[in-house]
Amino acid sequence: MSPPCDAEQPLGRRPITWIPAPAKANLKTVTLHAMHRVTDIRKMGSFLNLAEAVASLVRDGDTVAMEGFTHLIPFAAGHEVIRQKRRGLTLIRMTPDLLYDQMIGAGCARKLVFSWGGNPGVGSLHRFRDAVENQWPHPLEIEEHSHAAMANAYAAGAAGLPCALFRGYQGVDLPSVNPNIRFLACPFTGESLACVPALRPDVAVIHAQKADRQGNVLVEGIIGVQKEAVLAARRSLVTVEEVVDDFGPRTPNAVILPSWVVTAVVLAPGGARPSYAHGYYLRDNSFYVAWDEIAKDRGRFQAWIERHILRSPELPA
Amino acid sequence: MTYTATEMMTIAAARALRDDDVCFVGIGLPSAACNLARLTHAPGVTLIYESGAIATKPTVLPLSIGDGELCETALTTVSVPEMFRYWLQGGRITVGFLGGAQVDRFGNLNSTVIGSYHRPTVRLPGAGGATEIAASCGRVFIVMRHHPRAFVPKLDFVTTLGHGPTGRERRQLGIPTAGPVLLVTDLGILESEPESHEFVVTALHPGVTCQQVRQNTGWNVRFGAEVRETEPPRAGELGALRDLHARTALAHGRAAGE
Repeated sequence: MSPPCDAEQPLGRRPITWIPAPAKANLKTVTLHAMHRVTDIRKMGSFLNLAEAVASLVRDGDTVAMEGFTHLIPFAAGHEVIRQKRRGLTLIRMTPDLLYDQMIGAGCARKLVFSWGGNPGVGSLHRFRDAVENQWPHPLEIEEHSHAAMANAYAAGAAGLPCALFRGYQGVDLPSVNPNIRFLACPFTGESLACVPALRPDVAVIHAQKADRQGNVLVEGIIGVQKEAVLAARRSLVTVEEVVDDFGPRTPNAVILPSWVVTAVVLAPGGARPSYAHGYYLRDNSFYVAWDEIAKDRGRFQAWIERHILRSPELPA
Repeated sequence: MTYTATEMMTIAAARALRDDDVCFVGIGLPSAACNLARLTHAPGVTLIYESGAIATKPTVLPLSIGDGELCETALTTVSVPEMFRYWLQGGRITVGFLGGAQVDRFGNLNSTVIGSYHRPTVRLPGAGGATEIAASCGRVFIVMRHHPRAFVPKLDFVTTLGHGPTGRERRQLGIPTAGPVLLVTDLGILESEPESHEFVVTALHPGVTCQQVRQNTGWNVRFGAEVRETEPPRAGELGALRDLHARTALAHGRAAGE
């Protein structure tokens, strides 16, 4: 099932790291959770492949959170966003790594909201740095936080609050460069607490292990902020490794996103490669190392995007 | 037995952890030191990674803070918001083990930019969990390689508060935790003085001179009244560390935490 992603293959011939949803995508489904909306426009039964889902859910100028804490990173969906040439996106992610480096270098992003940007275990994100330092391919506004702030801001978004309060940011420089970091005195104790706006993305995009045929989603392992991102967002797109009739035996506390909080589910086996999917495949560390060389050079980067994303179209539905 | 300066640093850092510590582990050098402690003198130490893994016992060092190995060998794995809210901010963690790109004499850390924020010479990854780890853990240990560009008189950017620019700000802000108390390098060990909170050299690793430490510290570094010589690596420590790196290299194709 999984696409080839072996380290031995020369980079120039490296296959794109995802498999598009089959034409007869046996899926799903629901438009939309009503939490933040006056009208419930829930509608069952639309069958989407990845291209259709991205086309209908991710729009130019949107605020987009594609989450995954080094695990279950939604690469396939992000590549489709690049392929569809979305522009002016505000990208949110606690740990932007290769996927956002690719999207920034491909010109999708206007702004990045983040708390740690790097190639884990390898080094810098060269496309991100080129955008910040040299405005290439165009200027990138940054809004920088700490992990605690981002995690609290997602949780506040999921809880329907306008802002998050937490103990942090005392005596450090980020508040001097980020006007969205403010302090509020606790009305009961007077303690000075940090305050940041809730994250409320237009669309959250995540990858998960399983969906059932009703469109409920099961996510396991390092679950990061995926649940909060989906619950904080107006729309959500979940790509999954497989679709099952039934999730089968599981702990009653399994992390499940019910279908009515998920706008669309798309079958995309291997959709988190080269990151990993707990229970399915390991992280392709060699690609993270190789990316350092690819991304260092603008020309080489553009050739990679052209070959592995733009010229590798999603199969038509 | 011969050993490298990095091995001495990792082993000296590992020795600082106690069996009953609950430790929030930074990636890289701290991760190697914390796992070495667990594999040697502190088998009961509880290691926590910001990705949500609690009481994890990885057999190889993770390349990233969210490797599957951390989850698979953990007692439990929680969400990232739960990790930062209940476990870190909630005061459940005794030691935060951090690294950084720059440190000053009061244990403040920079992992954001070299140069100005808006026109950086080098854009570093950013805060990650460090800012609140240093605020909320009972104590903070720092492990960093000694270099004049890393041990600086003034940080380009304060990502993480140690004791503040003059050593007094942490206390003035009313932060109840101790902050950085220990700084382990490849040359020796510095500890925070109780009153001034300035880091002073309290131990040199075997064969290291005071002059070497001065040359590699960007501020006019002070030495404690008594400067010990660090006990050289024991065979068991060195063996455990090398085995850990060998397993890691086999698993990842390269060593992590180097």
